[in-house]
Amino acid sequence: MAEALAITPTEEQVAREHLAHHFDTPQQQFDAGNLGMWMFLATEMLLFSGLFCAYAVFRAMHPEIFKYAGRYLDPISGLINALVLLTSGLTMALAVRFAQTGKRFALSLCLALTMLGGVAFLAIHAKEYFDNGQAKLLWGTHYAPSVGPNGKPVAPVTGLVPPVAKPKPVASAGWTRLDALGKAGFVVSHSDILPAPAGPAGVATAQKQTAPENPFQPANVQIFFGIYFLMTGLHSLHVIIGIIVIGWMLIRSLKGEFGPGYYAPVVYVGMYWGVVDMVWMFLFPLLYLIH
Amino acid sequence: MTTLTGNNFGDTPVVPAKPDNYLTHGKTIGSWLLTLDHKRIGIMYLVVGLLAFFIGGMLAEVIRTQLLVPQGLIFHGTGSVASSYAAYRYYNQVFTLHGIIMVFLVLIPIIPGALGNFALPLLLGAKDVAFPKLNLISFYLYVVGALLAILSTVLGAVDTGWTFYTPFSIQTESYVVVMVLGIFLVGFSSIFTGINFMVTIHKLRPPGMTWFRMPLFLWAIYSTSLIQVAATPVVGITFVLLMMERVMGIGIFNPALGGNPVLFQEFFWFYSHPAVYIMILPAMGIVSEIIPVFSRKHIFGYEFIALSSLAIALIGFLVWGHHIFVNGQSAELDAVFSFLTFVVAVPSAIKVWNWLATMYKGAIVLKTPMLYALSFIVLFTIGGLTGVVLGALSEDVVLHDTYFVVGHFHYVMMGGTLIGFIAGLHYWWPKMFGRMYNERIAQWTCVVLFIGINLTFFPQLMVGADGMPRRYASYLPMYQPYMIVSTVGAYIQLVAFLSMAGYLLHSLFRGKKAPVNPWGGGSLEWETSSPPPHDNFETTPSVGDPYDYTDMVFDPVTNGYVRTEPQQVPVAAPQAH
Repeated sequence: MAEALAITPTEEQVAREHLAHHFDTPQQQFDAGNLGMWMFLATEMLLFSGLFCAYAVFRAMHPEIFKYAGRYLDPISGLINALVLLTSGLTMALAVRFAQTGKRFALSLCLALTMLGGVAFLAIHAKEYFDNGQAKLLWGTHYAPSVGPNGKPVAPVTGLVPPVAKPKPVASAGWTRLDALGKAGFVVSHSDILPAPAGPAGVATAQKQTAPENPFQPANVQIFFGIYFLMTGLHSLHVIIGIIVIGWMLIRSLKGEFGPGYYAPVVYVGMYWGVVDMVWMFLFPLLYLIH
Repeated sequence: MTTLTGNNFGDTPVVPAKPDNYLTHGKTIGSWLLTLDHKRIGIMYLVVGLLAFFIGGMLAEVIRTQLLVPQGLIFHGTGSVASSYAAYRYYNQVFTLHGIIMVFLVLIPIIPGALGNFALPLLLGAKDVAFPKLNLISFYLYVVGALLAILSTVLGAVDTGWTFYTPFSIQTESYVVVMVLGIFLVGFSSIFTGINFMVTIHKLRPPGMTWFRMPLFLWAIYSTSLIQVAATPVVGITFVLLMMERVMGIGIFNPALGGNPVLFQEFFWFYSHPAVYIMILPAMGIVSEIIPVFSRKHIFGYEFIALSSLAIALIGFLVWGHHIFVNGQSAELDAVFSFLTFVVAVPSAIKVWNWLATMYKGAIVLKTPMLYALSFIVLFTIGGLTGVVLGALSEDVVLHDTYFVVGHFHYVMMGGTLIGFIAGLHYWWPKMFGRMYNERIAQWTCVVLFIGINLTFFPQLMVGADGMPRRYASYLPMYQPYMIVSTVGAYIQLVAFLSMAGYLLHSLFRGKKAPVNPWGGGSLEWETSSPPPHDNFETTPSVGDPYDYTDMVFDPVTNGYVRTEPQQVPVAAPQAH
């Protein structure tokens, strides 16, 4: 790259230009940002680990649901997505390298490729969501597939009741006001506690299986899809945020802001993208490969 | 880097009549709302936090008034059962809001947000926190979270208690999702503040200030931040799951769908027990700053106080199960959690002993901050020891969900965190606003508040030991005497807080000008003017021992303390970061 016409500022000058007023040296500023980013990523891991923990507990309690419903998901699509994300991780790492060595064109190219990888991931995932929606493999009361994971017809799910009407306090005869008790003592024959818990998205009761092709459909299969959509949805949200910040890096890179003197933001974004990749490497086997 | 705090570009600089300080540096509203100056962000946290405290306090007065008579003074039915039920539901909403506001909007953010933001860079001799923009984002996340909490209250106030236990929180008609979303945002504000402070302490210490030469408030803030960073994400995802439970019917916490409601409690307390230490640790740090200054004596056992903060932060992660003793946890787990609960009391006790040893043979000056610090020691000790009582398994079976628990945690939260905050506010007030408050009135207010707190919460310990359950809108007549005393105590507290608001506001406008060092403190913030200039220090301060008062004398001309000679401290080689 020849930018020889203008007087090129030295690395040191570029670094000084980007130094905030409360830091003494560029190195101190970079280290502070680096430490802050690592800590932020640690909180991200904790956020996801809460979900993984909930997944583990639920799966331990109801292994049959996961075994049954996991077969609905297409491992090939998950695998392709894993490969796409891994490749974008490579291009992101290369982008960091090119930022440090000052190869501006290669940097911009790699950032663009990383974005492309993110978009491809989202597209494949959207297709999967769409197919699930068509097959009514959804959360809560929206779960109503007509075929089982083996492609054979399945009994319609009858146990799911729609969201219950807003619970109303029931005045019951057995409940006596405290100040009206007198000498009778504190007697509560049955309480005013609301009826048995019912989620707004409905309650499933155990169903009688009638279709002989799928005799083993367990109750509450829909919770697998609740967890599936929540975990992949949160991850996709992170991918979207990642694409946006990488796009921002791309714009700054095209403006020629990055070079050997100043490349910290690219490093930080690269770290973030690494975590996004890694989370998928856990989600993929946990959701797609469990049967 | 441009800051948004400076004068607008068109202004021609006029020669200032008096030296520029951070309060006068930029006068537009935008120069406050978009400031990146940690001191101004601290003041904004202070204003919003005190506003939230006012609302939460008024709700507390409503609760105490309700409990003056057994069937309830404010919310009670007209005779029919249904009307009682409907009326008592308002009571549930009131104590829920009181809890949520006080915990999430006052106790957790106020010391790090207001005092931490203001004092931390000053104590470090730094110009700002490591990430000023992130700091402003934290503040606005906090504000937006608070607004969402208000919105949910307007739409349909939550009546679950501040703990949001499932399955009731899945099933109640109120706007749990909006409220929980608000708390989720406040949680992220807390995480970002924690990251900011930890990085600041790691990377912005001046040359010569080694870890063991830091003021103890910084150790406390560091330990607090550690908890904020490591625990808050977990409650964040818990609240996401709770929201999705209501929106999508995920089922993890819902027994009707085969989920486990105790799992919610495990998740919730995994954060919310460490959150107790998020509240108390900075207050302990403030007390550690105040006691040596007003005893005119070097802090005793510096390393022990410093490391005990860290120990509390780490052990505090391992005790959450003591909230679930009676909720179906196995006996083996109960025993382990009970033991760890006893263990976490040890570092707190270490601190108390070191404070007492610092005061021993000191020349104690009973100025207002010191009075509050002493109140802290007494009240926190009561709160801490009743906590040990609750940590004992057999006793907890009896006392679980009684007023004993309410009395215990109010002693810790109000007598500990809030009194610590007020101590710090009075300690740094002259530095914040450059004005002194009326010392005599402030001292008497402290005494009144101390009496009020004890009158309010000690009867709650007694009535709880007698078996009165918490969160009830009505109660058996046998408990009424205790309840009346408790309510009178709450009114006395109200008087004390009104008095405090009065003399602090008065000092803002009419207070005497504060000297550079009104109390004779040895840490770096007392070396810059009151209030400090925009960049904190005119010249880079020299780092010495923050608890060395030997060459400090009172100067009657300025009404403050000055050093007779510059500190002679060997400056260590710059640290390898």
